[in-house]
Amino acid sequence: MAAPRALTEFIAEANEILEVLGRELLVLEEAGASDPDPDRLNAVFRAAHSLKGLASMFGLETIARLAHRAEDLLDALRLGKTPLNQQLVDALSQTIDVLQIMLGEASRGEDSAESREQAEILGAELQRVALGTPGDAIDVLDQVGIDPQVRAVFTEFEEHRLRENVKKGVGLWKVRAVFSLDDFDTRLSQLNGRLKPLGEVISTLPSSQPGDDSSIAFDLIFGSARPEAEVEASLTEGAVLSPLTSQPLAALPPPPPPPAPKRRVPAWDDVSSGTGSAFAPGPFPSAPSTVMRIAPAPVETSLRSLTNTVRVDIGRLDGLMNSIGELLLIRSNIERIAEAARQVAGPSLPKLWGQELQREARALERRLDELQKGVLDVRMVPLGQVFDKLARLMRRLVRESGKDVMFEVSGGDVELDKLIVEELSDPLMHLLRNALDHGAERPEERLKQGKAGRATIGLFARQQGNHVIIEVRDDGAGLDEARIREVAVDRGIVTREQTEEMERRDLLNLVFQAGFSTRRDVSELSGRGVGLDVVKTNLQRLSGLIDITSRRHEGTTFTLTLPLTLAIIRALMVAVSGRTYAIPLNAVLEIVSVKTGELRTIERREVIEVRGQTMPFIRLARVFGLPEEQRAMHYVVIVGLAQQRLGLAIDELIGQQDIVTKPLSGRLRDIPGVSGATELGDRRAVLVLDIGALMEELLRPQASLEPRTAG
Amino acid sequence: MLASPAVSTLRKVLIVEDSGATRELLRSALETIEVVEVHMAVSGFDALKVLPRHRFELIITDINMPDINGLELINFVKKNPHYRDTPLFVVTTEGREQDRDRGLQLGANEYVVKPFDPARISELVRRYLKL
Repeated sequence: MAAPRALTEFIAEANEILEVLGRELLVLEEAGASDPDPDRLNAVFRAAHSLKGLASMFGLETIARLAHRAEDLLDALRLGKTPLNQQLVDALSQTIDVLQIMLGEASRGEDSAESREQAEILGAELQRVALGTPGDAIDVLDQVGIDPQVRAVFTEFEEHRLRENVKKGVGLWKVRAVFSLDDFDTRLSQLNGRLKPLGEVISTLPSSQPGDDSSIAFDLIFGSARPEAEVEASLTEGAVLSPLTSQPLAALPPPPPPPAPKRRVPAWDDVSSGTGSAFAPGPFPSAPSTVMRIAPAPVETSLRSLTNTVRVDIGRLDGLMNSIGELLLIRSNIERIAEAARQVAGPSLPKLWGQELQREARALERRLDELQKGVLDVRMVPLGQVFDKLARLMRRLVRESGKDVMFEVSGGDVELDKLIVEELSDPLMHLLRNALDHGAERPEERLKQGKAGRATIGLFARQQGNHVIIEVRDDGAGLDEARIREVAVDRGIVTREQTEEMERRDLLNLVFQAGFSTRRDVSELSGRGVGLDVVKTNLQRLSGLIDITSRRHEGTTFTLTLPLTLAIIRALMVAVSGRTYAIPLNAVLEIVSVKTGELRTIERREVIEVRGQTMPFIRLARVFGLPEEQRAMHYVVIVGLAQQRLGLAIDELIGQQDIVTKPLSGRLRDIPGVSGATELGDRRAVLVLDIGALMEELLRPQASLEPRTAG
Repeated sequence: MLASPAVSTLRKVLIVEDSGATRELLRSALETIEVVEVHMAVSGFDALKVLPRHRFELIITDINMPDINGLELINFVKKNPHYRDTPLFVVTTEGREQDRDRGLQLGANEYVVKPFDPARISELVRRYLKL
């Protein structure tokens, strides 16, 4: 029924809705059963409601049906017909997972029987959870005497909120405020901001002011336990307070006692609901969780978004528009100068024009800088987009693992290029799973070692200059050095002699080698066949770096260092044997010159010493198989990522330049040590060095330095 | 504050809907009618801002929206002498009978349930615009 473009838009929107659902659900879960925030409940309900509507518009019946069940449950929840408990949160959390899977299928035009079946099972579960106690027989709203005209515009939810306020016995008010049409939205949100701390704004009713077309009136229906004087004092200018009900609330029958916590026997007899699990009970009066075992959604699903859209704050686009306006201005200036120049006869141009042109060129440069920064800004999205999904996944994995683990997250507001954020989700998921699977010990074991029974796994992000540092930290068992050595030698990754010379840090880094795995068993949680080597490769593709620190019995920390953005980078242009290469400036630490006589050889490798630090010396000409000149002195670009250092010998420094890296295609794609190509102003293509990959290649224990042809 | 009577011969229709994808679907349904000029508002508030700026000949609104809901918007429109006679359709998801009944009581002219058939929407619009 719908055009492809509309489908893409649907997938993007549906995806956003699911993200909101997931996030809000987490908040609700954390807040626990005590008086959940009605706005939040309504937001979650609205999300499910919109998803249902959307999916049915696009003929995705299975999604629509499951979303409908979720909506019904959330409707019952927000209308107070069903309690908020662990069972409900679990069922919904699983629903989100399944919906995400189905959405992924829909985006590829698929529709698997497996997910349909899961949707069926979950739908039934949602329905079961939703069966709550029926509402009150007598409607208190009928008794308080509310203007039927006002009541007629309430949605069912607003009526419910009003009813709840009546039951609480708080004061009900009508706040009438008249605002100019020009700025009513800001004025109204000011008023809302004043009122919210004092109670609940149940509804906002707009109405016209007869005979006045330039203003608009609002009636805010407001419930508050505070005395009238205090509410009155909080109002903004021009707002008037009056009682909402014609009957004094005191005349009402006393509110019914709060309903006793309901405990229902799950329909699905779950013999193993305990599993001896030491997972700390959630903040809810715990009902046995049956949901988790009915249909474990595949854990192997990727957490990547289904779409490539970026939601942009309009302010950022305004900034871009401004820059473009300025650029147009510069263009017309240049045109004017050109026109003036054209009309002057004679071979020489007045010096004045040269100066003017120079000024315009400078202005142009400034504006282009702005524009570039602006576009980069637009690409930035908060890491929270991925962290939220990971948090949800972790909650589930922790519960399934039967371990007692606290999961901490911080730094979700750190922003990174959308492309990088997307690519990060899988590696992070893998590292977190590793931490849970191999790091966190069972409580008995922890207590034996004198540690707290509950393990902690953390996911932290922070910005540091042009980089973002992400840490995956656990306070678990730590890596077993002896075992790493044994395995690495066993698998032929290094020789025993080599391991003996290795520092602890290098030894730990062996776990990133392809074919390495200290796992004695393949757990259901950790992916099969995918090791840390893949995580490392993924990160290198992002010009990122991964590092481990670990102490036996104290824990392990994986530190990921990532550039803020991939799109445009500042590079150092260098010449090697007559060819030009670009070295990303963020990896360049310093440039030194070294006399050939100062080179030393250790283990058949050339090294240099810079201020007491010894580091490998690599002749780029040799790496790329280019002819090499004999010289007495070398320029050396010292590059580094994390703690690794490398000196790259070059012939000539050309300068710094902003470059846009484009991926290589075809047979060029597999050149090691090259991340892409860039075009210089004179249309010449230049290869961009991939420092991470070069280090990986060249610093490997058995690295071969055989010449390769490229460049 | 009201815009001067339309100079253009285009017939202006306002869509109030917070879901972007649904908005697009409604718009493409309406744009099959040549003389219709589609305006869009993403919330009830937004609609209140847009309303006085044009003389709309038809309003299509969702019910469940943040800030002010569709019922409140209908009530506002149908009580305002300037807009009172403008036909108004409610387009919303099935299953909320109470909201539907209230919408009709408040003066909505048509009630369309999602998933809707775009052809039906454009047919209804034609009928109300007497095309």
